[in-house]
Amino acid sequence: MKIFEFIMSEGFFDMFLDIVIIIIKIAVVVGVAMLHVMYATWAERKSIGRMQVRMGPMEVGFHGLLQPIADGVKLFFKEDIIPANADKPVFYVSPVIIMMSTLVSLSVIPFFDGFVVANINIGLLFILAMSSIGAYGIVLAGWSSNSKYPFLGGLRASAQVISYEVAMGLSLVGVMIMAGSLNLQDIVKAQAAYPTGMYVVPQIIAFFVFVVSALAETNRTPFDMPEAENELVAGYFTEYSGIRFALFFLGEYVGMIVMACMAVVCFLGGWTLPPFIVKIVPFVESVPFIGLFIFLAKLYVCIFFYYWIRATVPRYRYDQVMALGWKLLIPLALLNILITGVIKILA
Amino acid sequence: MEEIKNSLDTKELVLSMGPQHPSTHGVLRLVLELDGETIKKCTPYVGYLHRGIEKLSETMTYHSTIPLTDRMDYISSMSNNVGYCVAVEKLFGIEAPERAKYIRTIVSEMTRISSHIIWVATHALDIGAMTVFLYSFREREWLLDLFEELCGARLTVSYPRIGGVRNDVSQHFLDSLYKFTEEFDSRMDEYETLIDKNRIWLKRTKGIGVISAEEAINWGLSGATLRGSGVDYDIRKRFPYDAYDKVDFIVPLGEKGDVYDRYRCRMIELRQANRIIKQCIEQMPKGPIMAPDAPKFTLPAKDRVLSDMESLIHHFVLITKGQMAAPEGEIYVATEVPKGELGFYIVSDGSGRPYRMRVRAPSFVHASVLPRLSVGHMLADVIANIGTIDIVLGECDR
Repeated sequence: MKIFEFIMSEGFFDMFLDIVIIIIKIAVVVGVAMLHVMYATWAERKSIGRMQVRMGPMEVGFHGLLQPIADGVKLFFKEDIIPANADKPVFYVSPVIIMMSTLVSLSVIPFFDGFVVANINIGLLFILAMSSIGAYGIVLAGWSSNSKYPFLGGLRASAQVISYEVAMGLSLVGVMIMAGSLNLQDIVKAQAAYPTGMYVVPQIIAFFVFVVSALAETNRTPFDMPEAENELVAGYFTEYSGIRFALFFLGEYVGMIVMACMAVVCFLGGWTLPPFIVKIVPFVESVPFIGLFIFLAKLYVCIFFYYWIRATVPRYRYDQVMALGWKLLIPLALLNILITGVIKILA
Repeated sequence: MEEIKNSLDTKELVLSMGPQHPSTHGVLRLVLELDGETIKKCTPYVGYLHRGIEKLSETMTYHSTIPLTDRMDYISSMSNNVGYCVAVEKLFGIEAPERAKYIRTIVSEMTRISSHIIWVATHALDIGAMTVFLYSFREREWLLDLFEELCGARLTVSYPRIGGVRNDVSQHFLDSLYKFTEEFDSRMDEYETLIDKNRIWLKRTKGIGVISAEEAINWGLSGATLRGSGVDYDIRKRFPYDAYDKVDFIVPLGEKGDVYDRYRCRMIELRQANRIIKQCIEQMPKGPIMAPDAPKFTLPAKDRVLSDMESLIHHFVLITKGQMAAPEGEIYVATEVPKGELGFYIVSDGSGRPYRMRVRAPSFVHASVLPRLSVGHMLADVIANIGTIDIVLGECDR
């Protein structure tokens, strides 16, 4: 009887509605994110192709627009090969870990004013924690394949991700001090109140450290040690094929988008425009969903930067990556914290 | 220390790199013993592409061996052809006419450019700079189109002949080639902008795979791999063949003998090769393209075969029996191909076929130096070292 009353009560209805809204939000975010991932691969191939005096994909659809779908279908129908000596349960679960950890990170990112799946107070820490869990996926994939190249790739990845996590975390401390919060929405709002509208100006050192460590965290050139195809064939996912390989691939691109979102939210003012631009063109404020468009524009610039780097620079050697992380980025981040802290106390 | 090490029972990770691996340039197999990522021992295994070219040539006439030499270093086949023809001409005691010599010099240097840009492309790709790879293929495509216009083939050209070349060059070919030479320097600037002063490139190449001048000589290195260590030895300068004594070019030398020095040497060689082509086109003499006074050694022109009795007989004998007038003896002639010193050692017993032919392949010698360059370095440096010695396994295994 009590259960029935509870179900009929106002409180339950509100809770039920909340859950439905959250599920819808998740579906929207995941859907939009996966669409972005698919076309991030297309955009990468196209833009790098243009940089390398070639066309990129042209065959499937107009200018290869259907190429990502064709790739997805192909990977889905490929045979799922599992090496005989692999540690099977771990081998099955590691691509899922990577995919899960990066997708979950999307839940705390505010895409525009008021739109966030989970508005939690420790959003920044949550993303850092999730990217650490992603490292488990890489290490376990390398370990469970029971093959030498993936093993080396996994070892490299664990060392690299752990080192650069430190640098990245420290680089974000400056932002935390300035915003006084770990909630990503509060960080954006604090930036909007700041004269330049973006933390990239006062936190330029932190931004530099963050960008470099984001490249390393997502295993992109010049830090693609764990999957350096010229050394380790394909690194930690050498033994994977078919849809499991696709999960790694998607996970990596979602990770890239998460890192770009972080850069937008923490340093580039999120969904807001700098105050001086709003002063010049005041009507932009009244355009519906303008926040989302501003956010996406900033996001695309960041992602394009990833592509640009990939087409330009060679790959570091493993020990050089470590040296760069520990000897340059971490001291720089610490120096930045010191400067930010001193200014904060004096102001 | 020793006891602790033993009690832990650690052992090196043995990693078999290749013969199927993205950056062992074909079918080289390296068995690496790794301590972490540091190379403790490196053993190259070759022979996966062995086709017995030396033995095959004993059963073929001197002429029909030319296409076999295409298949050795398949990305610079023209240089192999020229090297072989120069060696056989020296054995026979004949000399190609001036125009043929100039044409051969041009095609040799075109091959040097196309081979070296493949090298810079793959070397840069191995170190992770992928844009250079695609830029270089644009220029290589241009050169291969020119080869196609010259002789109909792009890769396995078989263009030079004993005593000359197969067909004359057209004015259109020379004009388009001249346009290429004028354009090429600016294309070189593009590659150099991308990697020459790139901090990551310098970090990956400076101080890696260092070999001193004395050691380089002792290992039998040649070509740019030797000159990177500062040894001034270029066969084109020391023992000029074809038209190399009539053109002006400099031989770049390195100082430290590391990967970066060898990279710089080859980049300068590219520009010099371009200069040589330009000079050859400007100086190109008129005249025959086949040695006219050696009917027993050189193939007669096709139109004369069908109208002139003597030519018909020579043609028949040369094709069926080979150069029956070949003097007995042995000869070693080396030429400077893009990879290094390519030597042909030919023993003739006076029949129309070589009694024994031995090829001194630079790739084979260079592959042997890999352990010396790699031990003590890291896994990623092995890749840089494979790139820097510039090997082609087709030539290595023959």
